[in-house]
Amino acid sequence: MKKVFQLLVDNNAGVLSRISGLFARRGYSIESITAGITADPSYTRITIVASGDEQILDQIEKQVAKLVDVREIKELTPQRSVYRELALIKVRALVDNRQGVITLVDIFRANIIDVAPESIIIEMTGDQDKIDAFINLLEGYEILELARTGIAGLARGTEKVTYL
Amino acid sequence: MTGADAIIKCLEAEEVKVVFGYPGVAIAPFYNSILDSKIRPVLVRTEQSAAHAASGYARISGKSAVCAVTSGPGATNVITGIATAYADSIPLICITGQVHSELIGSDVFQEADITGAVESFVKYSYLIKNAEDIPRIFKEAFFIANSGRKGPVLIDIPVDIQDAQIKDFTYPDEISMRTYKPTVKGHAVQIKKVISQLEKAKRPMICVGGGIHLSGGTKELIHFAERYRIPVVSTMMGIGAMPTRHPLYFGMVGNNGKNYANRAMNESDMLIMVGARVADRAMSQPDLIMANKILVHIDVDTAEIGKNVGPAIPLVGDAKHIFDQLEEEECPAQSDALIKKRAEWIKTLEDYRDTMKRIRTPNPDYVDPAVFIRRLSEKMENNAIYVADVGQNQIWSCTYYVVREGRFLTTGGMGTMGYSIPAAMGAKAAAPNRQVVAVCGDGSFQMSMMELATIRQHDIPVKIIVLKNNYLGLVREFQHYSYNDKYSVVDLTGSPDLSQIAKAYEMDFIRLTNMAEAEGAIDSFLLEDKSVLMECLIDPMDMVRG
Repeated sequence: MKKVFQLLVDNNAGVLSRISGLFARRGYSIESITAGITADPSYTRITIVASGDEQILDQIEKQVAKLVDVREIKELTPQRSVYRELALIKVRALVDNRQGVITLVDIFRANIIDVAPESIIIEMTGDQDKIDAFINLLEGYEILELARTGIAGLARGTEKVTYL
Repeated sequence: MTGADAIIKCLEAEEVKVVFGYPGVAIAPFYNSILDSKIRPVLVRTEQSAAHAASGYARISGKSAVCAVTSGPGATNVITGIATAYADSIPLICITGQVHSELIGSDVFQEADITGAVESFVKYSYLIKNAEDIPRIFKEAFFIANSGRKGPVLIDIPVDIQDAQIKDFTYPDEISMRTYKPTVKGHAVQIKKVISQLEKAKRPMICVGGGIHLSGGTKELIHFAERYRIPVVSTMMGIGAMPTRHPLYFGMVGNNGKNYANRAMNESDMLIMVGARVADRAMSQPDLIMANKILVHIDVDTAEIGKNVGPAIPLVGDAKHIFDQLEEEECPAQSDALIKKRAEWIKTLEDYRDTMKRIRTPNPDYVDPAVFIRRLSEKMENNAIYVADVGQNQIWSCTYYVVREGRFLTTGGMGTMGYSIPAAMGAKAAAPNRQVVAVCGDGSFQMSMMELATIRQHDIPVKIIVLKNNYLGLVREFQHYSYNDKYSVVDLTGSPDLSQIAKAYEMDFIRLTNMAEAEGAIDSFLLEDKSVLMECLIDPMDMVRG
């Protein structure tokens, strides 16, 4: 099973390597990890998607919580949270098939952010399912390069929020 | 003042008396400043020993102990010692010199990324980039090392930061770390649950680990066990929490423990684990052991609870505090039937102890380690410190050493050979008035033999016993059982004559070849407070499982 964890950490040197190192040495698997500063630049917010059985996921939460740099770790459940991921997709688009790609982009409310003679770059934001679905539909076209950020997430509402 | 002066001031503020270490260019400013203070530098003969010595010091003083080494190979040599302390949750402050901060990352002479290398063996690490941060970082480091689940903290300091001038030095009185707040007190609801469970338990049992020593709560544990009439077993790291001959104590559990202790634990209906990791050597099949019983797990580290076994009542906090909290609870009225059941339970365990004792058949041509260690421990001072190394000597020590008011030190987590001599050195430095004896095999002795010079130079009179069988005995024993006596790379032929070693280091030497002379030999070994090297010739084919 998969869980999404949100961490609030001190923005110290080496904090990301401490967290990724913990996953590596204890054999936990990370599906994605994103990090960025918060409203207070001395804190960093990290979103980790991890997979494992219930016991492993429980250990991940406790072992991460134990790290000196970590202020809090909490699970972002699908019911009570929102997740978003950004994908940049470079597709081969010649004059004769370009219109088809543009139609798909419109339907998915994505954006075209670069146009070259033989390719375009699409920017798309959404939850992972939406991005997966879009990429599936593009399979009729040739995807030249793909970059996904991994998800960032926040809990809904103001219950138990650490304001940063 | 320089950064190096500031470091010394920090150590003084933390009441550090001794620093174990080895100098080099990258830590030279520190070792220059230390001479202007009252702190005593102890020059070990290899850096690993600095960390082990600090470990022995920390375990006896209850405070964080300090080692300081140079960059590159000095720092990497200390890693095994740090890992050993980490596995046993011992609070250390390891100061490493580093190359000039502007050269970091360019692979210059004696540069090693030590904070990166020790990441998985430290509780936390710092690379100081600004001399003004020294007071805050040291304050934090000492706090982190000796709070919550204790452990080593490494501070890497480039040589130019040690030389940098700082304007004013103020060591912080208070500490406030927004991300690090260890739990000390147990949750009141959980405390009540334990008490109400105790009202029902017919066969309660406490299994105590190294955490009880780290919390300083052995008195409280004994009081609790006596108040509720609960028998106690221990893990290897928990040995000494209760005197060996306390009527409620039933020995060490685990694959090297007493079979009656394991049986007792298996048959309990309520097991209270205290500061124990439920590690593989103590409980090889935790799920099996935990069937049909209520488990209470007391540990300061939330992550240990449920890591290897799922408890019914998790209780996070410092063991001493939790026993204090349990003490405040009113002892529930116990029915006559329950009192009777408990008495029967203890009687059953006594029967197990009397009938399941392992009978050894010692070879009369050699020193019998079982009888020898028992006799030695009976003759040692009441509050003596016994440090066991790793190997057969360790298992025999765990099995036959009789603890009274003293301490039993060993490395249970990492099992690092060569631990006993430097750790005994550290223990003696922390408690100069107590008798300290290190017991090792001829393999482990040769891993730390060079420290005899440190003992001599700094006048740290530890006593050393080598159980000599000319083999790496525990591995040989393993090859006996698992490889049909095909002995591979376990023969220690070529080892030096220990009487010559003792002579070279100007130490007294005693060789004991059989049990007939043991009484007198032990007496003269223990007589004076000075270093003595005692060699006991034991049967090379003797086994801990024999």
